Amino acid sequence: MKELINYTLHLADDSLILGHRNSEWTGHGPILEQDIAISNIALDLIGQARNFYQYASTLINNPTPKYATEDTLAYLRNTNEFKNCLLVEQPNGDWAKTILRQFFFSAYQFHLYQHLQNSRDGTLAAIAEKSLKEVTYHLRWSSEWVIRLGDGTEESHSRMVNAVDDLWMFTDELFQPALYELLAAGEGFGVNVSSLKNEWLKKVKDIFDEATLPTSFEAKKEPSSGGKDGKHSEHLEKILAEMQFLQRTYPNSEW
Amino acid sequence: MNNEWPLWEVFIRSKQGLDHKHAGSLHAADAQMAIENARDVYTRRMEGVSIWVVESKYIHASNPEDASSLYDPANDKAYRHPTFYNLPDELKQM
Repeated sequence: MKELINYTLHLADDSLILGHRNSEWTGHGPILEQDIAISNIALDLIGQARNFYQYASTLINNPTPKYATEDTLAYLRNTNEFKNCLLVEQPNGDWAKTILRQFFFSAYQFHLYQHLQNSRDGTLAAIAEKSLKEVTYHLRWSSEWVIRLGDGTEESHSRMVNAVDDLWMFTDELFQPALYELLAAGEGFGVNVSSLKNEWLKKVKDIFDEATLPTSFEAKKEPSSGGKDGKHSEHLEKILAEMQFLQRTYPNSEW
Repeated sequence: MNNEWPLWEVFIRSKQGLDHKHAGSLHAADAQMAIENARDVYTRRMEGVSIWVVESKYIHASNPEDASSLYDPANDKAYRHPTFYNLPDELKQM
């Protein structure tokens, strides 16, 4: 039961933090239609997070009520309690970095949810099935942007190369299962993420080929991980400070 | 030198509808982006299930100043309407 809770919180945190990062573009998008597109993606992700948090709170409150709600889980946990991977907390940077982060994550989420649909846990399977439709679109949208910018002008191409240099080091963590992920997969309700790596790599190479981006990588920086176990950079501290301060200052405030 | 992306007109067909209705316009770099932008901008509230996009430059419209010569002559030609047939009782629902 504890593994199921941790596993569900990990899925929720990934979606919430990336949704929050994307929402930082609202009102600042490079062009109107893309401002709307990235805001829609943020809303999709936050919706997925809500589904996972609601499920986690029912699990936590069973059998003894602990008064957990989706809101307490999102707004009152501390940095070291969040289980999102490091990739999603990275700063937005320029448009190239944002769409590349989305592409890396959506390609991962697509295969993750495809497998999660077969979870022994009915709720996780249902959330995965519904979310898969949204993620299919996120993957399509971000893939096309990677191609447009990669195979674009000299400037857009070099911005994409910089984005790959910045973000590649965070992709390993996606496929390194935390202990609760291993236990969840063993029990049949979670996905063994290490098995997703090959499909993910193939998708990345296919898109990078079309985008004229290099497909063989020397790790210029050491791969970074630890987010799934609550070891985060100062980025998450700043995100939570902004996201949580209102609920923490005025507890139980509502619209 | 115009740096803006081309303008596209968007037509959406609703779930119960038979025809695509003009919903608005948007800028996009290519047709694929235009369809995705239309999906993001004009179908957020389940307004439709089918999208057509056409670059605005390919739409040709009649000139409103020509309205009298284009449309007025049709006003007084009752013989063009199918109202002079006597339907048998069995077909009254037509």
